[in-house]
Amino acid sequence: MSDVNNATTALDAERAEKEYSGPMLAADGTPLKRSLNRALRRQKLRALLLIAPLLIFVLVTFIAPIADMLFRSVENEIVQDTLPRTTEALEQWSGEDGTTPDAPVYKALYQDIYIAQERKLHTRLGSRLNYELTGASSLFRKSGRGVDDIGEVYQDQFEDLNEFWKKGENWNEVLGSDAWLAQIKDWDKSAGTPQPAFEMRDGIADIFPQTAGYYMIFADFVQNEDEDNLYKEDPWPLIYSAFYDDLTGDTASVIASYSGPGATEIAEAAAAATGFETVDYKEAFTKIDKDWGASPIWGTIRAYSPRFTNGYFLNSIDMQKSADGAEFRPENERIYGTLFLRTLFMSVCITLSCILLGYPVAWILANLPARTANLLMILVLLPFWTSLLVRTSAWKVMLQQQGVVNDTLVWLGVVADDSRLALINNQTGTIIAMTHILLPFMILPLYSVMKTVPPSYLRAAKSLGATNWTAFWRVYFPQSVPGIGAGSILVFILSIGYYITPEIVGGTTGTFISNRIAYHISSSLNWGLAAALGAILLAVVLGLYYAYDKIVGIDNVKLGG
Amino acid sequence: MVALTPISRKPVSFYVPVVAAAGAVAGLFVGTANGSGLLGILIGAVIMGALAFVLTQIVKNEQISRWATIVALGIVGFLMGGIPAMLIGAAFGWFFSWFSFWLYEGRYRAKIPPYLTPGQVLWHYAFRVICGAIFVFLITPILVVMPLSFNAENFFTFTPEMLRFDPAGYSLKHYQDFFNSSDWQGAVWNSLKIAPAATLLSVSFGTLAAIGLSQPHVPFRRAIMAVLISPMIVPLIISAAGMYFFYSRVGLQGTTLGVILAHAALGIPFVIITVTATLVGFDRSLTRAAANMGANPVTTFFRVQMPLILPGVISGGLFAFITSFDEVVVVLFVGSAGQKTLPWQMFTGLREQISPTILAVATILVGISICLLTVVELLRRRSERLRGMSPG
Repeated sequence: MSDVNNATTALDAERAEKEYSGPMLAADGTPLKRSLNRALRRQKLRALLLIAPLLIFVLVTFIAPIADMLFRSVENEIVQDTLPRTTEALEQWSGEDGTTPDAPVYKALYQDIYIAQERKLHTRLGSRLNYELTGASSLFRKSGRGVDDIGEVYQDQFEDLNEFWKKGENWNEVLGSDAWLAQIKDWDKSAGTPQPAFEMRDGIADIFPQTAGYYMIFADFVQNEDEDNLYKEDPWPLIYSAFYDDLTGDTASVIASYSGPGATEIAEAAAAATGFETVDYKEAFTKIDKDWGASPIWGTIRAYSPRFTNGYFLNSIDMQKSADGAEFRPENERIYGTLFLRTLFMSVCITLSCILLGYPVAWILANLPARTANLLMILVLLPFWTSLLVRTSAWKVMLQQQGVVNDTLVWLGVVADDSRLALINNQTGTIIAMTHILLPFMILPLYSVMKTVPPSYLRAAKSLGATNWTAFWRVYFPQSVPGIGAGSILVFILSIGYYITPEIVGGTTGTFISNRIAYHISSSLNWGLAAALGAILLAVVLGLYYAYDKIVGIDNVKLGG
Repeated sequence: MVALTPISRKPVSFYVPVVAAAGAVAGLFVGTANGSGLLGILIGAVIMGALAFVLTQIVKNEQISRWATIVALGIVGFLMGGIPAMLIGAAFGWFFSWFSFWLYEGRYRAKIPPYLTPGQVLWHYAFRVICGAIFVFLITPILVVMPLSFNAENFFTFTPEMLRFDPAGYSLKHYQDFFNSSDWQGAVWNSLKIAPAATLLSVSFGTLAAIGLSQPHVPFRRAIMAVLISPMIVPLIISAAGMYFFYSRVGLQGTTLGVILAHAALGIPFVIITVTATLVGFDRSLTRAAANMGANPVTTFFRVQMPLILPGVISGGLFAFITSFDEVVVVLFVGSAGQKTLPWQMFTGLREQISPTILAVATILVGISICLLTVVELLRRRSERLRGMSPG
């Protein structure tokens, strides 16, 4: 009996202890706190799972493109990818004005341009550098045609020495591994199987380092880009000059002890090579184009050899790289500063005229009886819902020299028939049309703010003796300022990045920076500069957007904005 | 404001000069159109002043005098310049007879507070005239396009035949051009293929995400919202440039799928905003009640939540649709000739071979936008006021 009692009291005590110090329990026995936390976590997870598909969608289809654009505005891999040896060799050059680099640089240039012209990349590099230095495009095109002649000097001499060097098969026998040679001889293009990839013979790279290096590039190009049978392909002149370099260079002593395939021919060539006519690469390039003998092109190549560049950004603010760092372009070459200023100026004009026209309309909509206001609201919403192209074409039709506005003015006798107003293809046209297009974006936020201002305030002010103007200026206007702020930022953000309307009614003087961006993407193909201009514009807009968020709050974004 | 102000007849010395002044303005326009502005001012002032006096002091009956003036001025106009002038004359007659009696009877005071000074009354009406002018500015471009699209000539202005209301001046030929041209029809077809697909994508993803965003505990809510809203904030030319670069890297540039994805991304902010606005007023206990009665989450969503937020989803979808249907910058870069949409065709039409067919298309599009506006307005009124949406 006492045992039972003892047991129950012990149990009671235990329970009591738990109630005091232990955690509160949920129905299933887990501590309540943990259980609640788990529920909260699950709730968060569910919310995130619902959002995730869209978030991923937007990140992939929208944010990634923007990031790509920003990356492109600094990316500059083409110079280093196309001229890897030249850019490396150029680091030795002092870069002083009036000097040119040393001979090794010209040799590296020959090797780079040779490979680039085989791959048809030299013209692309030329047009890239042409953005920085006028004439670079034709210089590279010319050089691409000229490098063949440079290499042929050695090719001819080797071939004259021995017919052996003429044939691709012989080169492959020397340089290729036995296993690969066996495979390639069996390979039949028509069978449809892929060509066996070239393998270098063991140890050959130590004996003929340069020849082997360029032959790998050659083999890769023939097999993967041209898709020809490498075994039968005669090598590039570049290989011959590399071979000459090997025969006369540091490895000459190793070559003397070479005993692989074609050893007799190699020994013969090694003996003859010392007496070969050599090529002065510098002179050869200067002969192709005298620009290679001057410092500007070298300065440009050196300035743009890093993988990332601020050159596009400098360009987009009318600056350029020079030997002593960034400097402004000559007055007559500056266009972007003017263009940015013009974009800002016109956006401000449009915003101001929207305030001027939108304020009275918003006021009257907010102060008329609801029925009338709703009816008049249709006049605001109809343009808002009408296609942008429709409104733009309407303005194009109305503002033309022979358009409705000019016809009416002439008919009324306000202007003479021979002095019709130029309302289109200039800034006036852009400002008129864009004010009309963006006016609803000003009226709607203004209206929603004015709707919240009680009309009794104005009456109170007047009954206290304020004149109409004082009552408006001191009482009503300050309360409508948030609406003006919201509407102005909205209109300004929209107008600063507008493309369609300026393009159609703006002519040459009424265009915005966005038209220039479009031009660089589709016509001049200077994508990097387009990206840099876009990045600057984006920064301005995001700054304004931040301001908008502070003033209005992102959750209160008005629809259509 | 209720009509509290007592109204009384005004003396001749007040309203006759005012009407005469208005007549002078009208006379200035008629006069300059016919050669001499100064003469027009004089004649207009004299005629209208006399007219006001005769109507109010001699005829006195408002109905008769108004109709008589309209007819008389209409005939004068017809004699001066045919049917268009007749209409203008009749409009002048309607206005001046109304204006005379409005001033004479003192009706202009009826609906404004009695304590206003004459100057304030003048300002009150001047302000309304200014607002009227702004409304005219807003709506004229859209109205002008419509009659011009029936032009029988390839001109962008009213021909003399059109002004004479000569049936020969009007024709449907631009509409025929539109319906018979394979370019335009192909563009319409492309637009009708791309816009619904983009809308479907943005509405389905957007609605789900909006429901997720309106849950009480969402980590990084602001950051997520900023990302989702960004397609609306970033200028279109920048979106277009970025998408052009990126989509050509991944092989989507110049494909219909690429354009659909791009347009879906642009439409998403509108769906998010309208649907989250609708969800603010959504009673969460309804879903709990449904779950309590044994419905699984999918059933709850389709049978309880969806019908309630449907107006928001539909108007978000309409916004997304119009965004895609009206979009030209992005499609210009992301698309290729095979994805030429209606706005793109209009854009090339405006830039290169400008033909009045564009006006016919524009008129059709205005018709469509009136329909859309009506649908959205009805939806908006039916559902509770969507927070943050266009007011009204």
